[in-house]
Amino acid sequence: MDSATIGRACLILAFGVALYGLAAAVYAGRTQNREWAASARRAVYAMFGLATAAFVILEAAFLRSDFHFVTVTSHSSTTTPTFYKAAATWSSQEGSLLLWLFLLSLWSSVVLYLTRNRMRDVTPYATAVLCVFGAFFAGLLVFAASPFAVVATAPTEGSGLSPLLRHPGMMIHPPMLYSGYTLFTIPFAVAVAALLKRRVDAEWITATRRFALAAWFFLGIGVVLGARWSYTELGWGGYWAWDPVENASLLPWLTGTAFLHSLMIQERRGMLKVWNASLILATGTLAIMGTFLVRSGILDSIHAFGASTLGTPFVIFIGVLIAGSIGLVVSRRESLKSENRLDSLLSRESVFIANNLVLVGLAFVTFWGTFFPLISEAVTGTKSAVGPPWFDRYTVPLALALVLLSGIGPVIAWRRATAVNARRNFTVPVALTAAFGVGLALATNATDRPWAFGMFLCSAFVVVTVVQEFARGVRARRAMSADSVPVALVQLVRRNRRRYGGYTAHVGFAVLLAGVAASSAFQHAKDVELVPGQKASINGYTVDYQRATGRVVTAAGRLERIEFGAVLKVSKDRKAVATLRPNRGYYPVNAPFAPIASAFDGEATSEVGMKAGVTKDIWTAVQPDLATLRPYIDQQDKVLVAAVRQAGAVDPGRFGQVRAAVFDEVVRQYVNNPPPATFRMIVSPMVMWIWLGAIITFGGGLVAMWPAPDGVRQRARGRYAARVARELGRA
Amino acid sequence: MEPLIVIAVLAVVVWVVSAPLRAARTGRGEDRVAVQRDALLAAKEAKYREIRELALDHATGKLSEEDFRVQDRERRAEAIEILRRLDELGGDEGAAPGA
Repeated sequence: MDSATIGRACLILAFGVALYGLAAAVYAGRTQNREWAASARRAVYAMFGLATAAFVILEAAFLRSDFHFVTVTSHSSTTTPTFYKAAATWSSQEGSLLLWLFLLSLWSSVVLYLTRNRMRDVTPYATAVLCVFGAFFAGLLVFAASPFAVVATAPTEGSGLSPLLRHPGMMIHPPMLYSGYTLFTIPFAVAVAALLKRRVDAEWITATRRFALAAWFFLGIGVVLGARWSYTELGWGGYWAWDPVENASLLPWLTGTAFLHSLMIQERRGMLKVWNASLILATGTLAIMGTFLVRSGILDSIHAFGASTLGTPFVIFIGVLIAGSIGLVVSRRESLKSENRLDSLLSRESVFIANNLVLVGLAFVTFWGTFFPLISEAVTGTKSAVGPPWFDRYTVPLALALVLLSGIGPVIAWRRATAVNARRNFTVPVALTAAFGVGLALATNATDRPWAFGMFLCSAFVVVTVVQEFARGVRARRAMSADSVPVALVQLVRRNRRRYGGYTAHVGFAVLLAGVAASSAFQHAKDVELVPGQKASINGYTVDYQRATGRVVTAAGRLERIEFGAVLKVSKDRKAVATLRPNRGYYPVNAPFAPIASAFDGEATSEVGMKAGVTKDIWTAVQPDLATLRPYIDQQDKVLVAAVRQAGAVDPGRFGQVRAAVFDEVVRQYVNNPPPATFRMIVSPMVMWIWLGAIITFGGGLVAMWPAPDGVRQRARGRYAARVARELGRA
Repeated sequence: MEPLIVIAVLAVVVWVVSAPLRAARTGRGEDRVAVQRDALLAAKEAKYREIRELALDHATGKLSEEDFRVQDRERRAEAIEILRRLDELGGDEGAAPGA
């Protein structure tokens, strides 16, 4: 309990220091006083220290199963494995808000430290905006959702972590998403500050680009990890269900991706200033909205563990962000006028604008579909949702256009592409893509699904254009330096990280979407009921249900779950392909006299049996039919209830032993006399391409955001013209 | 015990946050110059990057010789102007590049 008091005090101090930082930063911004600006910056560092202390205290309480903490009791238990106890901290509403505050203060501190000598007239206001975010989340933790609420007498056992959250992804998926969300508040804050100071040149863009890229990187990894988790854990066989909470994380990623492209036009041409400011303000607001959707429970979602009462403060805060952003952009519209005009529709600027329109179109479709239940309820009084087919109808053509543009962008010239340039840059990619298309059409049935076939062609086009760009870059480099090809390649990328990191990301994204197209268009799925000894066939594979399995899993000497599974032998043309072991886990309620039946009535988890390959995945999940075991379970429950009534008071330990014996018997009966089980079997081509594409995409992102070598920033000396040439040559 | 820890934490926070104010120097005029210099340095870096990218665009066949020459000349002239203005402010010495 002592540590809870200290944790609560840390949060109150963090709230106070955020308010102080806000006031000091505004004063520093108005007076341009360097000392007050430094003091405000240090307030953010202090907020980070205090949030870290509070987070460590809560984490320690989870790790030692301190059930004095209400949130530990409701989200962990002694039977929760240590790994998941650590991750359970952010499964609770309070813990996830604390994680938000911790990451916000961490990234804010890093950014304010790195930019302490840049844009000195703007950074105080950016600090103030970051303090507003900090004060909002610290305020929620102090006044509305304290993670340090305690009870005087601790219960002996907690409820445990939701079974659906017992996945390795729980350790990294939420922190990645929240890192992305919190990092997007940095360019948001700098954009607000730049608009307030009317410093709307490219400097704020340059100063924040790397942080926007970092936000894109972390949020993207978080989204992909969520998809992977869904694919391997949820037992429905898909990686994307257009679930509201999934969509909420995709929205800022889409608008953030658009921003990362359009900022280049402002940097190079002084154009799209209103667009860029609006885009990053929308992205920052969508990041807060993403957090709100996870925690509010206002939309039906598989992430329903987030239901809470924090809707009102979040709605007010988001309303303020939207109104403030619109007001700011409108009031600064004169300063935001473009310095140049579009020279030609055949230019890289045009492709970037088209790319932005497609990305924002995708974001709009996702937003509309996600919030349609609320919109329909407001208009008609009836809450109705749109399903995946609705999303697919609009997102598939938009995704196709996006991939095509990501192939055209790297090879088209800035300002104006001439016919000669276009011929030189597009002839080889178009010819090779056409040859690939003909080969694919002849060798496979890809043309049966025109959208998917189109995606394969567009993806191939992207790969060819990017390879061509790398080849030409290496050739140009070798013409200057006579390096070997590998050395020239490394030097080329090293000296142009942003460009070639971006190109690599384009390839990764094309590979990823090719995987999505193939796995969704050419998937074979089947639900079959089998008993051991029976077989089923799917897409040329024979699946032989060989035997049922079952076991009782204990942790720290206590019952954690009961698993029922199957051993499946997969073969093709009588040749063994794989042995798969899907299972389903049932989690007993962690209460002293919980009925045995409650273990099988609550949440259950699916561990899929899968053979993953580059060309296809064979995926299975099992749903045991427990009806034949029910009479025995119900009878044992009756016996136990009667024993409790008769004795008046039964030792919980003794009750637990009896219950464990019953579970052992249930497992024995299941294995020895297995009832029918329903299997979901899926053969999906190229699912692995999605994960490989994601690795390539974010690998490219990492290259693009890696700091430039010191030489690039070496100081200039000497006379003007010679100096420009010399400095350029040095970098 | 907890009140003592909380008071100690509060003292550390106050000490850290108020340090710049305790060592206050008036630097408002200097800041204005620093702000202009920072802006010019950022503009210089952006211009240099533009010139390098233009050269790479040319080397990889995305710009004709003539277009490249015109655009490169324009950008170098802009870079020269930035350097001239930087020198008017006392050069780019003493300004940290930041992130």
